[in-house]
Amino acid sequence: MATAPPIAPPAPVPTRKAKPGGSGPVRRHWRLYLAISPFYLLFLCFGLIPVGFSLYLSLHRWDGLGKMEWAGLSQYRYLLGDSQFWHAIGNTLIIWAMATLPMLFIAMVCAVMLNSAVRFKNFYRFAYFLPNVTSVVAVAIIFGSVFSTNFGLANAVLEGLGLDQVAWLNTPWGIKVAIASLMTWQWTGYNAIIYLAGLQTIPTELYEAARVDGAGPVQTFFRITVPLMRPVILFTLVVSTITGLQSFSEPQVLLQTASNSSTFAGGPDNAGQTMVLYFFQQTFDNNDFGYGAAISWGIFLIVAVFAIINWRLVQRKGK
Amino acid sequence: MTVRRTRTMKGVRSGGVGLHAGLVLGVLLSLFPFYWTVVMSTHTSTEIFQFPPKLLPGSHFDENIGKLFDSVDFFGSMLNSAIVAGSVTFLVLFFDSLAAFVFAKFKFPGRKLLFLVMMGIFMVPAQLQAIPQFVIMARIGWIGSLTALIVPAAANAFGIFWMRQYMSGAIHDELLDASKLDGCGFLRQYWHVALPVVRPGLAFLGIFTFMAQWNDYAWPLIALTNPDHVTLQVALSQLNGVHGTTDYGMVMTGALLALIPLLVVFAIGARQMIADLARGAIR
Repeated sequence: MATAPPIAPPAPVPTRKAKPGGSGPVRRHWRLYLAISPFYLLFLCFGLIPVGFSLYLSLHRWDGLGKMEWAGLSQYRYLLGDSQFWHAIGNTLIIWAMATLPMLFIAMVCAVMLNSAVRFKNFYRFAYFLPNVTSVVAVAIIFGSVFSTNFGLANAVLEGLGLDQVAWLNTPWGIKVAIASLMTWQWTGYNAIIYLAGLQTIPTELYEAARVDGAGPVQTFFRITVPLMRPVILFTLVVSTITGLQSFSEPQVLLQTASNSSTFAGGPDNAGQTMVLYFFQQTFDNNDFGYGAAISWGIFLIVAVFAIINWRLVQRKGK
Repeated sequence: MTVRRTRTMKGVRSGGVGLHAGLVLGVLLSLFPFYWTVVMSTHTSTEIFQFPPKLLPGSHFDENIGKLFDSVDFFGSMLNSAIVAGSVTFLVLFFDSLAAFVFAKFKFPGRKLLFLVMMGIFMVPAQLQAIPQFVIMARIGWIGSLTALIVPAAANAFGIFWMRQYMSGAIHDELLDASKLDGCGFLRQYWHVALPVVRPGLAFLGIFTFMAQWNDYAWPLIALTNPDHVTLQVALSQLNGVHGTTDYGMVMTGALLALIPLLVVFAIGARQMIADLARGAIR
């Protein structure tokens, strides 16, 4: 029978083992290993060695120039009692919530509208996505001007409405609002595009069946759209958690606008200081490399915990 | 049939007004900051400090541009950004697609493990590497030069993963077998068989990489220690730090000019990029 050819393909495996002597697998496949080597070499030099080195550093006292001094776990002990670090964690979480919750909600509303739009869909998508490709530095400068105390548009609107002005960039809550609204503006369209792609995978028959059964648009949204979109919503939540907890450029540029004191200033009462901003301040403003390394491990732990919580949410749905 | 069609048409039209009003509101919110940048960059700082604020573009754009070019080496830093973003994009496209080709189409000992290791590297946050990278770069004398930005970024896990996904579907094994019979070696297979097929995937990775590098800020801020030799984003931030509260017209002109090259790149690749991003997210 014609069974012989299908058996033939696995043949290379035996031949590989048949010649163990002269040419080992590495020698046989040297081209392949060479082709993938650049990434691993770069990772070794600028990824793995740095991570190991950072662990080593966090056990020392070092200003970047002089001699390293063994410190044991004292940097970590200090970190646990460092009220400014806890304050920075709180700021990061508050700013993250202020930015992410409205962002994902508005994105969903936009996506539902886009999904039912017939014309100009490509134009809408282009316009909504545009904020996401702009540089954070330029955008933070623009938002800094909108929230400026003396001439900003936000205060001009408040004054036009007969309300009191707010020193946005110089009050603890004002600076958080400014940072969060910047993030919301930059990421809402991105999430809307992703939600739209998810919505397009939901079969239209489901909606038609719901309409036949007499379900209104609100009911349809919460009973059909949200449950089916759950994986996509979780994806956007994971992405915005990981990026949001590591926010740096947004507060850094906005706080620079507010005060010229130092490159990594924390703003009024350090209210705009995020975890990563605090890390940069301790490391590169104070030249405290050992403590900076300990902070970076603290941040890593916090982001990992949140990533695991997110992952658990996905898992529970899977069961 | 005709009755049904007119009914749906009517339904769309009646719901259409509110729908399009909502969508247009979203567009206005998305685009307003760009318009506002244009408005502010065309006014002198005296005009900007007046109340009520000017809502229409003024006539002092050339004045602001002149002051901008006097304050920072704008084109010098733009050239630096172009060198970094351009070379990183070129290197990433080459190294990532080459490695992706291997992972997608060849079997060799350790393949699974090496791929898993690579995906694990995805998870390592950048701050963990920032200090040691700075120390290492300082030792080998790269701090202050563009090399410090280019070399570590020359290959990345995201790009390899992305191209591998793309290649496993797009390149047919029969094509590779046929080319092998014709006497094509590994490199010629990569160059003549694989690359032509995956051009759309490369285009996405290229645009994505270029924009990410052009916008990168934290690491260049640390690594480029000579204030006269920086990338565009760092120059912009210097401008904001020094003149931010005094000459907003000029600073906003800088922000506007820095955005233009990026908007051009995005306008060229937007359609495919948006489609690919969405597809990647819902998998």
